[in-house]
Amino acid sequence: MSALAHEVPLAWYLLLSAALFALGVVGFLVKRNLITVFMSIELMLNAVNLSFVTFAYQWHAVKGQIFVFFVMMVAAAESAVGLAIIIAVFRARATLAVDRIDLMKL
Amino acid sequence: MAERALAPKAIVVYLPTGRCVEHRLQPTDAAAPKNGELMHLILFLIFAGLCLAGAINLLLQSHPINSALSLIVVMSSLAVLYLLLGAEFLAIAQIIVYAGAIMVLFVFVVMLLNAGREDRTMGSRAAKLIGFPAVAVLMALLATVIVRIQGLGAAQLGAGLAAAQTAVETAAGAQDTSNLAQLSQVLFHELLLPFEVTSVLILIAILGAVVLARKTEGDEPAVERTAAK
Repeated sequence: MSALAHEVPLAWYLLLSAALFALGVVGFLVKRNLITVFMSIELMLNAVNLSFVTFAYQWHAVKGQIFVFFVMMVAAAESAVGLAIIIAVFRARATLAVDRIDLMKL
Repeated sequence: MAERALAPKAIVVYLPTGRCVEHRLQPTDAAAPKNGELMHLILFLIFAGLCLAGAINLLLQSHPINSALSLIVVMSSLAVLYLLLGAEFLAIAQIIVYAGAIMVLFVFVVMLLNAGREDRTMGSRAAKLIGFPAVAVLMALLATVIVRIQGLGAAQLGAGLAAAQTAVETAAGAQDTSNLAQLSQVLFHELLLPFEVTSVLILIAILGAVVLARKTEGDEPAVERTAAK
């Protein structure tokens, strides 16, 4: 690990993370498909994970990486439940367009 | 003399900042960047570019399956970036959990629901008026904060923060164990309870997913409608 002497400024990683997060927000706003909106949320989670790993590197703190590990686990659970909800919504509405899914009740 | 003055400047273009970088630069001031560093820079540029390209492609594609595939590109390149940051375990976990399991789930659902092209409305008026400026402001704010804290180097860090960082660096240099050993030490000793609670969470999530996605009587017509469409 120390063989890879770090000479890329860590700010670049953080800027990449910020850019990915902003792209995720844009996707959340722009996309009209329920599954793609959900994918944008995953993109935002990944962006935050990148900055966690960057700070873990900067501070030599392994707990930052453990945070990422837990975020991954929770994201796995979240995507399983979320996709099940999407399937249930699709069964009830027969559509995936978020414009037409605007009521909580049937 | 002119060349000696030029050579450090060329380094400074690539690493304008960062206090650990300056730290390491002082002993070998006039030396050219080493091979590994250049490799690191090239790898970073390639995979950061892939990341951004994948994320932009996710937005531009209208078919969900294309978006899912570009998200896989983003996640795999993020795994390489984790490797560059010395997080080997997370890189592998990223590929297995995210690019593997979660994205397979996404692709599976896209195929199961036979999701077609989305009808493009390019956002509502509220999204245009408020959303996009808000995103631009968010991005600018994040970039400003990052450059202010990271980019301008040690002078901008508070004195206590800088001292803490040097202390941490010397401590990490002293005990140079493998990252994976440290990670498992913390994960399975200090944070054993949260780790086990996570397994319960995942079990509950699996049960919830099964209950939610289970076919109930009475909603057959909706499925029939889509099949006809």
